[in-house]
Amino acid sequence: MNAATLLPAVGVAAGLAVVLGAALGWLATRLRADPDSLVERLDALLPQTQCGQCQYPGCRPYAVAIARGEADTDRCPPGGAATARALATLLGREPRPVDPRYGETRPPRVAVIDETRCIGCALCLPVCPVDAIVGAPRFVHTVIEAQCTGCELCLPPCPVDCIALRPSPGTASQPRAATASA
Amino acid sequence: MSARPGLRGGLRLESHKARPLQRSVQPMPAPSMAVLALDQGSGEEARVVVEPGTRVRVGTCLAVGRGAAADLHSPVSGEVRAVETRPTASGPGTCIVVASDGRDEREPGLAPLDWSALDGATLLERLAGGGLAGFGGAAFPTAGKLALARAAGVELLLLNGAECEPWICCDDALLRERASDVVLGTRVMLAACGAARATIALEDDKPEARAALEAALADAGDSRLEVVVLPAVFPLGAEGLLIAAVTGREVPPGALPPEVGVVCQNVGTAAAVARYVSEGVPALTRIVTVTGSGVRQPANLEARIGTPVAELVAACGGYDDTLPAARLIAGGSLTGRALASDAVPVTKGLNCVLVATAADLPVRAAQMPCIRCGDCAAACPVGLLPQQLHRAAQADDRAGLDRFGLADCIECGCCDYVCPSAIPLTAGFRAARRRQLIHEAERKRAAEAKTRYERHRRRLDDQADAERRAFEEARRRARSDGAGGD
Amino acid sequence: MEFPTSASPHVVAGYTVPRVMFQVLLALTPVLAVQVYLYGPGPLWLVAVACVTALACEALALAMRRRSSQAALRDGSVLVTAALLALAVPPLLPWWLLAFGTAFAVLIGKHAYGGLGQNPFNPAMVGYAVLLVSFPLEMTRWPLPGPEWDALTGATALDALRTGLRQGYTMQEVRAGAEFGRLGAAGSEWVNVAALAGGAYLLARRIIRWQIPVAMLAGLAVPAALAHGLDPGAHPGALFHLASGATMLGAFFIATDPVSAATSDRGRLLYGAGIGLVTWIIRSWGGYPDGVAFAVLLMNLTVPLLDRVTVPRIHGHP
Repeated sequence: MNAATLLPAVGVAAGLAVVLGAALGWLATRLRADPDSLVERLDALLPQTQCGQCQYPGCRPYAVAIARGEADTDRCPPGGAATARALATLLGREPRPVDPRYGETRPPRVAVIDETRCIGCALCLPVCPVDAIVGAPRFVHTVIEAQCTGCELCLPPCPVDCIALRPSPGTASQPRAATASA
Repeated sequence: MSARPGLRGGLRLESHKARPLQRSVQPMPAPSMAVLALDQGSGEEARVVVEPGTRVRVGTCLAVGRGAAADLHSPVSGEVRAVETRPTASGPGTCIVVASDGRDEREPGLAPLDWSALDGATLLERLAGGGLAGFGGAAFPTAGKLALARAAGVELLLLNGAECEPWICCDDALLRERASDVVLGTRVMLAACGAARATIALEDDKPEARAALEAALADAGDSRLEVVVLPAVFPLGAEGLLIAAVTGREVPPGALPPEVGVVCQNVGTAAAVARYVSEGVPALTRIVTVTGSGVRQPANLEARIGTPVAELVAACGGYDDTLPAARLIAGGSLTGRALASDAVPVTKGLNCVLVATAADLPVRAAQMPCIRCGDCAAACPVGLLPQQLHRAAQADDRAGLDRFGLADCIECGCCDYVCPSAIPLTAGFRAARRRQLIHEAERKRAAEAKTRYERHRRRLDDQADAERRAFEEARRRARSDGAGGD
Repeated sequence: MEFPTSASPHVVAGYTVPRVMFQVLLALTPVLAVQVYLYGPGPLWLVAVACVTALACEALALAMRRRSSQAALRDGSVLVTAALLALAVPPLLPWWLLAFGTAFAVLIGKHAYGGLGQNPFNPAMVGYAVLLVSFPLEMTRWPLPGPEWDALTGATALDALRTGLRQGYTMQEVRAGAEFGRLGAAGSEWVNVAALAGGAYLLARRIIRWQIPVAMLAGLAVPAALAHGLDPGAHPGALFHLASGATMLGAFFIATDPVSAATSDRGRLLYGAGIGLVTWIIRSWGGYPDGVAFAVLLMNLTVPLLDRVTVPRIHGHP
């Protein structure tokens, strides 16, 4: 091995590296993922509870923060481990378990107002992020069970503590057997 | 006449149908306690209209049909004893328990129907009062199905006499002995649904049934009806596959057969329709095959709805003590449901009681990993790749499950049957489908919550805008007043 | 009366993996018999060495993975790997080389990927390829068949053909050499016939499906016949290719390994055809005389793609 054979080999290898590196760099700018679409896709994975446990005012702000790299994927307790894993998989990262500092993952729950104790103060109405509480001042309020996301934001404003959380009723019905012979 | 087979996969199985067919259909006496399940096999419950203490007669309406449930009538005369949860073929369910007084008094006013004089819509209305439901197992209200077919303008009424699953032979017995009932029922249903012609599909292992049917057709002399014979392959009797085999058309996913111009009914349902129009008695009895090595004298019994399965077995000589039963199965050996107790009552959808011993049901070997042999894909009648579905189900890969067609699986069990690694594929797919349903329901809820949240934000923003505008308006007015007042 | 319950379906056909593997071993006995007849008792000893090594390595791997060895050892899949490798290597190979190859095939080719059902590459071919690349001399030393034990040569018929053609001899001149028999390579033409017989047995018993063998033989024969037609002096005909080297063993026993092959029927046709074509390419222009092993490994790489694009049409879908 002498300079005569070594130099051309090194030259070719270096030239290839430069050309390929430039091509990859250019492709990276041309084929960059649309950041808006990333936020949409992240938001689609979140449970839409709008509870704020992630310390962002709603699910979409959290999705924006993840897309910007300001927050990690482990902040959503209502979504649980499945959501954390889906978020990490979308971003191509190692999945992380939900950080207990942001809350505890529990089975889905809905808020129920004890109508015998409700005083009709209407303080819980504006805080519900999905407007699931029906009522008016001096009228008894009630929660529409099908629309409650279990975010718990209505509990603190209630002056008589008449709102409680109950396990959510089952959502899926029994699938029918598919081979009946008409 | 033979039809285009065109079936992918499927299995040719030993039929085990000879013993019950050696004798004719045996009538069974009424049960002393009739247990009428509100869910007769369709998954939806009828609405109870009686209460404990009500006196009922044969044909009295006990529950009104809604959705996928047909009307439910009493098969005995006597008194309603209770409305309570009892074991049924589909798990614990609400049942109306009627104690029989042994007199078998009929509801007055039950009269035959002059069906040929009625127009289609009126005929459908009258049929709806008969409690007629799919006797093939799905127990969907017949009148409702025919009404849908009429609205869609179907041109073919397809009668399912295939009975492709091993052990079950109640339809074979029905065709051998009561082919004229089946033909009459077909003609009534033709008038009700408005189809132009009817085809009765049989498998080629039923020569006696075919002969009886062709004789009955010759008697009736209705040229719109014909018989078609198909190869005896399991699961050719599944509705979608039968339609494809007879007409060459495939029902698109998520759609119903009327979309391809066909409506399917079981031959047992046709016989029940015939019984209703000729006697006025609603659907109260059906032929049930009681078979298996664990019962002494296998037979086809004509039993009333509500008879406990234990009484059916007793009428067939009882359990054979020398051959202990390994399973009591409602249905056939591939798609039947294993029952926990023989107190389960007969329903409109129950076609067979299989008292299976260990000899009838070979023990599954220990489960081993999938070796990708592809035998399951070769056996799948719907064209799926069970080995890929299995991998996706284990990895909880939802996109993979959709791509490989989990929603199209008819749970026939052919893949399980051939798997050399003894993997419980069908059970896995059932569980995966349940998980998919739950996941879809969650996603739907999340989408609704998101829409409501966005509306909530817009409302608050509009409110804030309105307040700001009002404030500025007030300020402007105050300034102009003050300026003018100077 | 109460009964135990279980999920449907309640019956199974009763095929088991051990039964499938046993049938494959049975179908390999003609190949072993022909090899013993041609080359003496060496192949028997090699098969024994490979089987013992394979079982020992499988037990070791299962112990390391903390799985129960009993069921896994009884399933016989590792014996098929061992037997195939032992029958594919030259009968004069030192036993410790075969042991090394078998150990590599079982430990790295199979268990490092997760054991039965998880290996993307055919384990026997992984072992063969490692041996071929690491010990090229010993792996290409094939004896001339017959009782004369001193007539040792390093070339197979395919090797002689390649060397001869490159040196400028015509096909007919090279064909007259001692390495050639009536159909193809002397000796190994009978091994191929025996493998074909075994393969036909497996097809008749439905242990293997026809797609891969037929596609592979077609993928080898068609280009060979075309090339021979265009330039008979430079390319041997289809029959020669079909009767030489590890063609039949590959078509019916090696390529049909279900775990590393494509899994849908259309995918299998493409997979088999690809193996045949790549084998022909390597034999005609490649650096190794027989291309079956590398063709199989290369097509193993394409299996995930083949599986993706050959999903059959589902009933009811367009």
